[in-house]
Parts: sequence; structure tokens; C-alpha cells
Amino acid sequence: MSIFQSLVKKEALHIVRDTRTMVITLLMPIVLLLLFGFAISTEVNDVMVVAVVDQHTDETRDIIQRLNVNDYITFKGLIAPEDADRLLRSGLAEAVVYLKNEDGKVKSQIVVDASNTNTAQTATAYIRGIISGNAAKSPVITNTLYNPQLKSAYNFVPGILGMIFILICAIITSVSIVREKETGTMNLLLVSPVKPQTIILGKLIPYFLLSCIILTVMLLMAYTVLGLPVSASVVTVVEVSLLYIVLSLSIGLLVSTIVDTQLTALIVSAVMFMLPVIMLSGMIFPIDNMPVILQWISNIIPARWYIEAMRKLMVQQLDFSYVMKEIVILASMTVVLLVLAVGKFKSSTR
Amino acid sequence: MGNDKAISVKNLTKKFGSFTAVDHITFDVAKGEIFGFLGANGAGKTTAMRMLCGLSRPTEGDGHVAGCDIITQAEAIKHRIGYMSQKFSLYADLTVEENIRLFSTIYGMSSSQIREASERLFKELEMENMRNTFVKDIPVGWKQKLALATATIHKPQIVFLDEPTGGVDPVTRRKFWELIYKASSDGMTVFVTTHYLDEAEYCNRIFIMVDGKISALDSPSALKEKYHVATIDEVFRIVAQNAQRTD
Repeated sequence: MSIFQSLVKKEALHIVRDTRTMVITLLMPIVLLLLFGFAISTEVNDVMVVAVVDQHTDETRDIIQRLNVNDYITFKGLIAPEDADRLLRSGLAEAVVYLKNEDGKVKSQIVVDASNTNTAQTATAYIRGIISGNAAKSPVITNTLYNPQLKSAYNFVPGILGMIFILICAIITSVSIVREKETGTMNLLLVSPVKPQTIILGKLIPYFLLSCIILTVMLLMAYTVLGLPVSASVVTVVEVSLLYIVLSLSIGLLVSTIVDTQLTALIVSAVMFMLPVIMLSGMIFPIDNMPVILQWISNIIPARWYIEAMRKLMVQQLDFSYVMKEIVILASMTVVLLVLAVGKFKSSTR
Repeated sequence: MGNDKAISVKNLTKKFGSFTAVDHITFDVAKGEIFGFLGANGAGKTTAMRMLCGLSRPTEGDGHVAGCDIITQAEAIKHRIGYMSQKFSLYADLTVEENIRLFSTIYGMSSSQIREASERLFKELEMENMRNTFVKDIPVGWKQKLALATATIHKPQIVFLDEPTGGVDPVTRRKFWELIYKASSDGMTVFVTTHYLDEAEYCNRIFIMVDGKISALDSPSALKEKYHVATIDEVFRIVAQNAQRTD
């Protein structure tokens, strides 16, 4: 067995024998995907709606009928005007629709429980659509491109990918390198004839392979369980993801050359890399809504570009040429980080 | 430089900014010698040793280790030396055999050499039954022995032991020194740092370092005679009393 192979094997044994970390790294992506894919969703479903109608006409019957059959709305029935307040307070209704006949026309009013602004806005939009869909002379036709059912899972998959690889590559890798510094085994390797670059590669390759396994599992899940549309862009998805994995590994390496204890490695990676991924990468909060200063900062967060590229490729199914900008940015970041990390590692050994 | 010298350094100096960790030290170590390197914490022992192992480049001075120049031939030195560090350092989550295999592969041994060497080693250390035990599960005394055996498995010319007996009870230490003697009688040069002064008595020659400089360098008996005292402990107290640096 060559020196390099034996180093890789040794690292693989560390990974496999650390059962707890192994289970977490393999299970977490799956759990996150399922959670964001099914349980946690920004969609608003089953809005409980009641209606108050002063006088039934064909038009009001028509509106009620539509409320009744709409999938996003659970129509609870007609109520007396004096019950409206009680139902809203008790939470039995989230919106009340008032329909009033005036001069042969139906006038409408929506009263909505806005304690959750997100639900309130979406519900209002639904109901307005239903009512005006009836009355409007020229209804506005909305085409939801790329994600016609507005599934929030589509939106989260790129974000979760962006987060997971930072977690595995940056955090776990940096901790594992720093652990060798702490226990003193790094010294044993450094005084041996093994070249520093062989030591580094021997540490990184197993985590790269682990990331590839996780990437495969996540993509399979995204395209089957979550039902993302499969298209030719899948190849580019894999390529860009591999680039992002290498980038995250460079971050891990850089962190490990700067800090000396596992705890610091964990904190530095988590605070400097994990938090920005969640808060500033556009994974959850839209970048356009951020204060200008945060928008600038988000530019230097690798996950931002990765997530943007993934949205284009996975959701919009655009091809390679549309993500060139992101690829160039990610590749340059990788080069800079790698040069910094390897330089720092070498200078620390000599 | 003569062929009977395992280590020979001249004016070896290492500065970190304005701080001089090792200050112009000059000494020779003969082949097969057990050379003790003594000093309080912060005296510069580890820094000096790192330069000799090719891990750190001297700011000034030069030297030869195992016939190689420490500045220009640092990589060649690495093939000819063994190193065992301060903290017990083998991979705890690998088995005894896996550790031995890993380190012998790293030192470029062929698989038949590795097989032969590990059989010999298991027999010598009477560790046959611990082959497949995780290193974290074996007693400290055995770990220490194993670490030394691993550091010398490729039959280096010189083995560097950086406080090898730290945190070990006197009986185990005694046994460990028997192994050091054995390595030395096999022709290996042993360079050992320690702050257990009783261990210094076991060395052929000792070197006491204070504030990055050589304060005393001779055989233990000669030093005791020179300072008219009965133990190395007292010698150390006399030469180290003017030390400026503490931890």
C-alpha cells in the first residue's frame, strides 16, 4: 500500500469508527431535506374561512361555491354577522368574507387575522383572487413559471445543499485536522518523510468522498421524494456541487491552519461560515430585502453563489451557460482559499 | 565533520521576532550515545529539538543530523530519524497493528519488511494478544512502549524522545528506560529531553539548557564532581538558579 493510500485508509477508519459523527453527517441531510421538504413549509394551506352574506344572489352563491372548492381554503360555512368576531378570536376562523348587495351589485370585504403576517397576506391574496375572479371584467392571469405549484421544497433544496457541505467539509474537516494537532499525532506525521501536501490530501480526500456520497443521496431524494424535475441540468448540478465541496474543504483547511483547538475550530467554522450561510446566503431570507450593507457582505459568502446557481439549475432548469458567473466566482474563491490554506499550512510546518 | 558524530551543531539559534528561543548552542552527540537534554519549561528544549528534526528552520548557525545538513537536507533527515513526542501520540481509534502498519508504511517500508518488523515487535514487547486492541484500550505503560517501538520500527540512526515519560509512574518509567538502553545497545543514538532529573542519571551525557543557552554539558558524574554535589538535581538547581524565563 502506498503512503497516500494508507493515510486515506487511516482517515476513513477515523470517520467510520466515530459512529456518532458518522450517523449525524449521514442522517442530518436526509432529516433536513424531509423536514424542509414536507414538514416546514412557507406555503399557506387550509385557511379557515367563513362568510357573512346579507342576501343570497346568483353572484354570492357563485363566490361561496368557489371558496368551497378551493384547495388552499377550508370553507367553514355561512355565519351570522355577530359571530364573526368570536370566531376570529377563538381561532376557529382565520378570515371572514363579507358579501353585501348594493344596487344589484355585490360588494365584498375581507377581515383577516393578521397575527401571522405571512399567513394573513397569502390568505388575503387567495380570497381576493377567488372573489375578483368572479367579478373582474379582465382578470389578471398569473403564470408561475419554473415552480407552478409554488412548492417551497424547491426553494429549500439548494439552501440545504449549501449548508450541508459547509457543515461536513468545513466544520468536520477542520475539527479533524485540529484534533491531530491537539493529540500530537500531527507532529508524528510532520517529522516523518511524508510530504505536507500528501498529509493534507490524505486528510481531505476521505471527506471529499463522504461529501460525494451525501450529494448523491440528497440529489436522489430531491429528484424522487421531493419531485424536482429531472433535466439535462443535472450534470451541471453535480459539477457545480463538486466545485462547492472543494471550496468548503478549502475553508476547513484554512480554519484548521489558523486555530489550535477543536473547540475554536468548531466555533470559528460555525460562526464565520455556518451562520452566514443560513442568514445571508438567500437560503431563507431574500437578499434583495436586506439592508445594502448586508447585501454587500452576502457577496463574499460562497453559499450565496452556490445557492443561486442551484436555483437556476434545479428549479429553473437553465443550462450551463446561465450559471457561468456563479461558477467563475466560486472557482476564484476556491483558488484564493486553497492558496491561502496551503501556504499557511506549509509555513506552519517549517 | 567526523563519522562518529550522530549530531553536530554549531551556533544553532532560533529567534521568534525579538525573542531568542535558542541562543547559539553548540554541541556534538556521538553515535550510540544516550544524550539527555534538560531544562525547565520554556528553556527552549522543544524548539531546539524541532530544528534538529527538520521541523523548524534555524535563524542562524548550522548543523548535521545523521550526516545530513539540517538546513539543506531536512527531508533526508526525516528518513533517518525516529520521533516520539511529549504527549502519548499514536492514533487512539486505530488498533495496535493498524498504528504499526500506518507508521511503517509512512517510513517507506515494504509490506514484507512491515510483516517481519511487526512480528518481531509483537514478540519483543509481548503484545501478541493486543494486536487487534484499540490503542485507547491498552494500559498507559504499554502505550509508551508501543510508541517507542513505533518510532524506531524503521531502524532510524537517531531517535528523538521529547519528554517520553511525562505523566508515567516510576516503575513504568524504569521499564521504559530499559527499552531505551536496549535501543542504544542496538547502535541507535538516543536524544531524550526530560524534566525528571533522576532520569538524567541514566544518560551518557547531559546537556542543561537555561534561557536558550548551554549551561552545562558533560557526563552526569563529571557534572556532579564539578559542582561538588551528590545528585543531578542539585547540579540543576545550581546552574538554573539564574534563569530569567519561567513558563
